[in-house]
Amino acid sequence: MTATRPQPLVGPASYDTVVIGAGLAGLTAALRLAEAGQRVAVLAKGVGATHIAPPTIDVLGYAGGPVGSPAQALPEFTAANPEHPYRQLSIDLLGDSLDWFKARLGDHGYRGGLDENFFVPTAIGVAKPTALLPETMAAGDLRRGGRFVFVGLRGLKDFFPAYLAENVARAPVPGDASVTTRVVELAPPLGEARDVSSAGFARRFERADFRESVLAALGRNLVPGELVGFPAVLGLGGAREVWRELEARLGHQVFEVPTLPPSVPGIRVWETMTSALRRQGARLVIGSTAAGAEMSNGRLEGVVAHNAGRPLTYRARSFVLATGGFPSAGLELDFSGQVREPVFDLPLAGLPGQNEPRFATDYFDEHALSRAGVAVDASRRPVNLEGAPVYENLYAAGATLAGAVPWREGSGNGLSLGSGYAAASAILEAA
Amino acid sequence: MPTLETEVLVVGGGSTGAGVVRDAAMRGFSTVLVERGDLATGTTGRFHGLLHSGGRYAVKDPVAARECVVENAILRRIAADCIEDTGGLFVSTRWDDPAFGDEFLRGCRETGVPVDEVPVAEVLRREPRLDRGITRAFAVPDANLDPWKLVSACTRSASEHAARILPYHRLLGLEVHDGKVVGARVNNELTGEELEIRAELVINASGAWAGQIASLAGCVVTVLPGKGIMIAMNHRLVNTVVNRCKPPSDGDIIVPIRTVSVIGTTDVRVADPDELEVTPGEIDEMLDEGEKLVPGFREARALRVWAGARPLYTPEDVADTREVSRTHTVLDHAKRDGVEGFITITGGKTTTFRLMAEHAVDAACEKLGVVRECRTHEEPLPGSEEERFYWLGARVRAQEPVPNSEEIICECELITRSHLTEALAHGRPTGLDDVRRKVRLAMGPCQGGFCIYRATGVLHEFEHLDYRAANTALLDFLQERWKGVQPILHGDQFRQARLDDWIFQGLLAVEHLPQ
Repeated sequence: MTATRPQPLVGPASYDTVVIGAGLAGLTAALRLAEAGQRVAVLAKGVGATHIAPPTIDVLGYAGGPVGSPAQALPEFTAANPEHPYRQLSIDLLGDSLDWFKARLGDHGYRGGLDENFFVPTAIGVAKPTALLPETMAAGDLRRGGRFVFVGLRGLKDFFPAYLAENVARAPVPGDASVTTRVVELAPPLGEARDVSSAGFARRFERADFRESVLAALGRNLVPGELVGFPAVLGLGGAREVWRELEARLGHQVFEVPTLPPSVPGIRVWETMTSALRRQGARLVIGSTAAGAEMSNGRLEGVVAHNAGRPLTYRARSFVLATGGFPSAGLELDFSGQVREPVFDLPLAGLPGQNEPRFATDYFDEHALSRAGVAVDASRRPVNLEGAPVYENLYAAGATLAGAVPWREGSGNGLSLGSGYAAASAILEAA
Repeated sequence: MPTLETEVLVVGGGSTGAGVVRDAAMRGFSTVLVERGDLATGTTGRFHGLLHSGGRYAVKDPVAARECVVENAILRRIAADCIEDTGGLFVSTRWDDPAFGDEFLRGCRETGVPVDEVPVAEVLRREPRLDRGITRAFAVPDANLDPWKLVSACTRSASEHAARILPYHRLLGLEVHDGKVVGARVNNELTGEELEIRAELVINASGAWAGQIASLAGCVVTVLPGKGIMIAMNHRLVNTVVNRCKPPSDGDIIVPIRTVSVIGTTDVRVADPDELEVTPGEIDEMLDEGEKLVPGFREARALRVWAGARPLYTPEDVADTREVSRTHTVLDHAKRDGVEGFITITGGKTTTFRLMAEHAVDAACEKLGVVRECRTHEEPLPGSEEERFYWLGARVRAQEPVPNSEEIICECELITRSHLTEALAHGRPTGLDDVRRKVRLAMGPCQGGFCIYRATGVLHEFEHLDYRAANTALLDFLQERWKGVQPILHGDQFRQARLDDWIFQGLLAVEHLPQ
């Protein structure tokens, strides 16, 4: 670390920006600000959604049907969804955020952009559109067609290659390249263990002896030209080397398919981004629940956080709310049907009407509550019902924002990355 | 049309029908049972899981109370594996008149319900989450009863006595010739194939649906379905069945069963046992009542809500279904309606299912002109031969000696891959909802967020399902589950539900599965 970089502050002293939430949106905003020389603190209840979601950046996957090109589909999509957060994020800005992300995660070899979506298999075998993916997933792009082999690992219950392969063979993808699938089941040495998590397999793949046994068992089962799909457990920090070794020694293209949580490649993203943050001198406080604010004259002065039972006030010039949506408890629904943003009790948008049911009776219909969240102005600041910023120095990003249905649209990480990037820009412009 | 011949045809695959078919088969009759869906999916699979001591009826319904006393003792012998011996308490809360306790004690003593008044301090030590304002408490031998295990054990026993059990066979009509029921036409709901069943005697054991079935033979049987709602909370908030010591009313009992607690119930007359709507007001009331027994009740996660229809047989209209006795009735339609070869057994409750079956089969013997003794009170059900009660820690105990020896498919309920494959091998389930009932899959706090994908994968592999059948099983299950969780979603359980949506819709994108 060079002397010119800001040193991490040890206590809840004063920062340039305090970011609440350590998912992709919070980490993106924090890292950009730290790179710009700001003293940054990230307060988070726990690790972020990186540990749940695949590491792909889905910008727009579905709009009516599967989207082939986000850049082409976005103008029509935002015109049809005027309340959608993408409405406030230009295509140029989204493109910049993707480029920034690719550069920061250089070790992951991210590929892609807004021009066209990859179509890669999910753990159940749906061909899911996504704009950006790490190179360990790239060969799984079904648009190119090919003969795919999916590798099962006995003891991993979060990946069912036979079921997946049957669905993949029938998955509709743009173009008419032919896709065939088959399965190879391996029983790698697990010692006494019979129930090993995705992270447990990832640690084993970083061991040479384990890789040797996988290579030995798999090598004789492959036909030249086949593309080999593994569950996304090919190592944590050393994943790229593991992947390269498998490709080189098998003489086949190898790709990863995301499993159920924990998301091993998502953990890699977290590790890379939080390491970069620390290198930039930012402070990361995990296990810290933001639960109140200090304010004066329309400005936030500090956030009160509960760490190890003791409330501490973190003061800053700017604040970013990136606590996520309902699953991350960035939004809460009480018994009477009231939705609340628990840190600042911000006004909310996208709520169902007074007598409108919260949920549809069909599980797969869109539910009235799905688009609830915080509305922001052009400077990314949460606004009240009149459209005025609630605090002049509070910004919001990620799944806390109103107007999107991320999983249905295939827009989750794209929104988090784009809005986190934009919040940082707005803060830097205001400074 | 394919035809089956049998002496006795039983209509209904709840606890009553399962009890009847076992009893009849054990007495040497050739028997067939038909059920329109999976076994135990009507009222039996939709109650709170209480094995009555009789205490709940001790004051107002002494006949029902006495039956419960006897049957409780019998089931503890013959169905131990289906019972967790939690014991039960009747407590006078600060909202209840403590003087009712004396009436309760008198009622229990008159009907033979074993009862002991217990010092409040001792009860609070045993159940520390109960409201500190309790003034009196009485211990009774309530317990919990797993209805799916019970029905499965009865039908298994019946099959060992050559009974043919036909779930997913819907009754289309009863064949009546010259004033006698001679058989039935049923539809195989899975294949669409019709089947004719010739029988010397048809026993209508369809509970809340008994009126509908009886009408197929032109008989009028008035069964008032009494709707009761139940809510499962995510913890064992109590480890003993806890009843309010007061005249029975809404939300006055909490039954700990497996990893959850079930609060019940209501009693509302409904026209159709297939139309059981749950209103937000009923849920609210249930949670308020829970709060009176266990302060902080609302802070627990409400997992799922469901409703069942009590079969309340009544000869004439009655204003409050709680006024109808909870005992049962055997109707010989020859005497009553001039229709031979047809018996209806209705009313009653799961605790007395065996007695109901005994009475129904006694009537059948009389009609068929034979004398054969009932033995169901003596012979234990399969799995209960050792008369050892189910224990909450059983699954952990089985796995502990060799930790990590097998994949755990459902972490909430500790269901291993072999639990699942054994259930698949024995039960021939037709969907994940059937598997759920057999092993309690997806009944815990995460409501299937993690195990449903895994279980579908196992189902695909083990049953050699093609992708279409596997995808349908998964999507149907998600839709079915939504019915039970949607009316009650809030707080941390809504957070859990959104995580589950994230997995299914975001990670897996199941909406886009090929069909």
